[in-house]
Amino acid sequence: MSFEELKQLIQESFSEAIVAEDELATPKALLVSKDSLHEVCDFLYTNDKTYFDSLSCMTAIDNGVEKSTVEIAYNLYSIPFDIHLMIKVELDRDNPSVVSVSDIWRTADWHEREAFDLVGIHFNNHPDLRRILLPDDWEGHPLRRDYVEQERYHDVKVKY
Amino acid sequence: MTGNSQISIPKSPLERSEPLKYKESDLKREEMIINLGPQHPSTHGVLRLEVVTDGEIVVDVIPHMGYLHRCFEKHAESLAFNQTIPYTDRMDYVAAMNNEWAFVMGVERMLGIDKDIPKRVEYIRVLVSELNRIASHFIAIGTYGMDIGAFTPFLWMMRDREHILRMLEWASGARMLYNYIWVGGLFYDLPVGFEERSKQFVDYLKPKLKDSEDLLINNKIFIERTANIGVLPSDLAINYGINGPMLRASGLKFDLRRVDGYSVYPEIDFDIPVGTGKMGTIGDCWDRNWVRYREIWESIKIIEQCVEKLLGKHKRDRAFDPRAMVPKKIRPKAQDYYVRAENPKGELGFFFRTDGRSDQPLRCKARSPSLSNLSVLAEISKGCMLADLFSILGSMDLNMGEVDR
Repeated sequence: MSFEELKQLIQESFSEAIVAEDELATPKALLVSKDSLHEVCDFLYTNDKTYFDSLSCMTAIDNGVEKSTVEIAYNLYSIPFDIHLMIKVELDRDNPSVVSVSDIWRTADWHEREAFDLVGIHFNNHPDLRRILLPDDWEGHPLRRDYVEQERYHDVKVKY
Repeated sequence: MTGNSQISIPKSPLERSEPLKYKESDLKREEMIINLGPQHPSTHGVLRLEVVTDGEIVVDVIPHMGYLHRCFEKHAESLAFNQTIPYTDRMDYVAAMNNEWAFVMGVERMLGIDKDIPKRVEYIRVLVSELNRIASHFIAIGTYGMDIGAFTPFLWMMRDREHILRMLEWASGARMLYNYIWVGGLFYDLPVGFEERSKQFVDYLKPKLKDSEDLLINNKIFIERTANIGVLPSDLAINYGINGPMLRASGLKFDLRRVDGYSVYPEIDFDIPVGTGKMGTIGDCWDRNWVRYREIWESIKIIEQCVEKLLGKHKRDRAFDPRAMVPKKIRPKAQDYYVRAENPKGELGFFFRTDGRSDQPLRCKARSPSLSNLSVLAEISKGCMLADLFSILGSMDLNMGEVDR
């Protein structure tokens, strides 16, 4: 199934879900609205024409203070049909929150914890949203563009 | 305790930084929490497991990681692409060639030069990566044997792995962290005689491999410790994003070298071994190790074909320059790019976002196979015996350098 057909398939079921598309990206990307993310993902997972059964990667990107947005890119892959798709969602930078897709793909569970840990995105309905790589009492989210390390951690100087 | 329960006890540093998920009030009668790691020989690195047990039965496992976190992704944002290659070596440090190849492949495709790479370079990349794949599987199987009580196979495999490391040191100058595969080419051509030496090594390895197979995975004690333990159904594996030998052991014939057909793999003849449940159920710990053994045999086949090509059609010649295609300035167009490759442990993916103006990525995310493999641990080890937990954990072939990045 080509990218155009995929786009059409989503548009037929969710008329206002697709906000924009990115033909330059590899695999080609669809930017969907924040509210319809879970529905679209669930549709792509259950539909027998697409059956995106695996979530290869999930990346959270901070676009910086000027743009004031945070993005998440979901790389979907369908093993039986061998098709790729990137789904992107854009969130407000100050208080980013989006619904979790970990009930569809369990891969998302730890990737969302990582996005929460390093970029500071809150995932609603996530079963266990704790920091995954950094300690629980670490301050700030290192992959934010304006991140500044804390001065001391447990009385140990952080900057070296 | 007879004291006033209102008094709050100051928390220890560990409780503040890495608190347990389970509290005393969550536990049922007879249940208790056992902390394993981070410095435990069976956890293959700095992994801490919070295990809730009911007697000998495992009720739940919560992995705590991050002890080896270096924030690769933050480093990658402030370094040029070619400077990041040594950092990718340090992710899965027992299969560094495969890591750097995946990264380099992504950058080459973004630049659009991946089709122009000379065939000899591609064959050398396949050769060194498959050698490294064998070394990585040796670590996986050898340490696994040691986990469940077989010491001799570990020494045998370390002995044979040493040959590989010395060969790769000969080619690149480093034992484990090579920085050999460059964007657009290689650090150097292979040293004179490397191809013949590879052939000799493969001939030496075949009978040894047969011996260790008989010693380890066909051993009755090994079978009883691993067969029917930690059964991972393929649908669960896909849902958790597991690839590589673990998914193939669950019975799905899925190998990115074949599915994506990158580099010169379409020209090479090799099979994809899948778990058959020969000693127990499909997808148990025995199958996972058996698949790794079969993959070593397949890698040997690939190496033999590469050597044949490198001595024949794409042979060494004075005019050949492995750095001919290395770009002076690596500046990909503004785009998002996801690249994936088959590593010894599964699908290694890199997500790049570039702005087209600099030689540094705006964002570089590494999707490591070990992280996904580890995430299924709690699911498949619930209800097993505590001793089997290590059987399951070892069969996943974790590398904490890659989990924590």
